[in-house]
Amino acid sequence: MKIEVLYFAWVRERIGLPRETVETEAATVQALVDELKAREERYDLAFSDLKSLRVALDQELMDFDAPLDGVREVAFFPPMTGG
Amino acid sequence: MKISVQSDDFDLAQVLGGFGKAPNTGATVSFTGLVRDDTGTLEYMEIEHYPGMCEAAIKKIAEEAATRWSLTDCLVIHRYGALKPGDQIMMVATAARHRAEAFAAAEFLMDYLKSRAPFWKKEVTRDGADWVAAKDADEDALNRW
Repeated sequence: MKIEVLYFAWVRERIGLPRETVETEAATVQALVDELKAREERYDLAFSDLKSLRVALDQELMDFDAPLDGVREVAFFPPMTGG
Repeated sequence: MKISVQSDDFDLAQVLGGFGKAPNTGATVSFTGLVRDDTGTLEYMEIEHYPGMCEAAIKKIAEEAATRWSLTDCLVIHRYGALKPGDQIMMVATAARHRAEAFAAAEFLMDYLKSRAPFWKKEVTRDGADWVAAKDADEDALNRW
């Protein structure tokens, strides 16, 4: 399946791009993260501490063990600092 | 209910002039957040946002506030882009029958916007640039609701 993967703030800076289309069979967010980490060092660096990251699936905050079935857009970012 | 995520500045007097006109409104409260420069070295603050999710997340938070405190009106404006010290970043306004509801709802909106609306702040100073880290206190603030 094809998933749009978005990166924000320092995650975007570490990976070096704001979004990309990823071809994956990963069943969960965690499995997708493991696939990305295995690609290149910059991904490994960006995802080195998942506690300092948040994930949204189709623009809703979710946990890293959430399934990717039917998901079109995954976004990774640090804890939000609005207001 | 009005929600706007925008790069442009807003005119506080104009926004509030048209807010909370329902006849059953007895109190309006507004809060405006400004770019603060603690060290005197801030050149600008870059506010990054997640288009689409921002509007959806804010709408959800505002609807929750409107229901909990029976608001007669509710408004959130949040800017993104490069903002200078003293610039307006965002505002919330709440309208209710009584002031206690309007104040509580405004605080609730602010607490949730801080850590549940997808914005990220980067401070660009004369000495370099750094992302503003989320504070544990901001996350803890949600527990009181």
